[in-house]
Amino acid sequence: MGTPRVLWSITKKCFTVGVITLTVSDLFASIVPVRGASMSPTFNPKTNSLLDSLSDDRVLVEKLCLRNYKFSHGDVIVFSSPNNHKEKHVKRIVGLPGDWVGTIYDVVHIPEGHCWVEGDNTASSLDSRSFGPVPLGLVKGRVTHVLWPPHRVGTVDRKTSQNRVSSSSSASKF
Amino acid sequence: MRQWRIIAKEAMTRASIIGKFLCLLHVTDAYVLSSNHVLGPSMLPTLNITGDVVLVEHLSHRLGKLGSGDLVLVRSPLDPKKTLTKRIVAMEGDKVTFSLDSTRSHNSRSLVVPKGHVWIQGDNLYVSRDSRHFGPLPYGLIEGKVFMRVWPPSSFGLWGE
Repeated sequence: MGTPRVLWSITKKCFTVGVITLTVSDLFASIVPVRGASMSPTFNPKTNSLLDSLSDDRVLVEKLCLRNYKFSHGDVIVFSSPNNHKEKHVKRIVGLPGDWVGTIYDVVHIPEGHCWVEGDNTASSLDSRSFGPVPLGLVKGRVTHVLWPPHRVGTVDRKTSQNRVSSSSSASKF
Repeated sequence: MRQWRIIAKEAMTRASIIGKFLCLLHVTDAYVLSSNHVLGPSMLPTLNITGDVVLVEHLSHRLGKLGSGDLVLVRSPLDPKKTLTKRIVAMEGDKVTFSLDSTRSHNSRSLVVPKGHVWIQGDNLYVSRDSRHFGPLPYGLIEGKVFMRVWPPSSFGLWGE
């Protein structure tokens, strides 16, 4: 009898849930799948176990770091690709503004407001070594935990490589 | 005892209404329409130096409907906490000719805007810090398109092109 009313109330509930989910995923945290092997073995290590080869890793991305854009060396971040704003990449921060990062050919200075990102799997990773420093404004969140597959659930730790990066903050200790 | 339960239930209902409203406000602000206070001399004479309040829509850049000549709100590539208001002068693939020192034209440079980037400039070339200084801007830093000014009331209105 009240089919339009039922339909309308379902629509209203869906809309409300959608708006709340969008707000939470924009401002607090969201769960994203990681595609590709550029962050192996941290994500998608592609071992021979069944669960690993069935599906991609799912990670928790927190958005609270976007309030004041304070990152540390070794943070894993999600950012929009500078060459294609519709693609998102997951890589680790190797250099922060003001650092000097050593690549194979030369030493690059990271300008203000940018960062240098590299994948953990240096052999097959498209990162700052190809497209240069990434503006921090393109960062969409920081990866804190692995949520799937169950046997690798845990926090994502910071990993730094001191021998390749000379940062302005460490120089001031002398 | 029962009174506390009734009060708690009413408080929860009120809080959930406020929470839903705040979520709707965030979604509208980020995905549909928002207002921004812009100030500074870099967009004279289009925008006033003392500050204007403009309406920014967040749909065009998601649908890819931006073009050269549009006024856009972008996140600064030099400081992610700041937003800039500039004009798109060239889209990806276009050739841009510019000179850092506008008073002399004989040291001009040309380049092609790379894929996924745009070239932005302030209307007041003498004081604006824009793509002529920090290079092409990645499209992902664009936050919205400025389409209307609501304050001061004397310059209320849309921009034609």
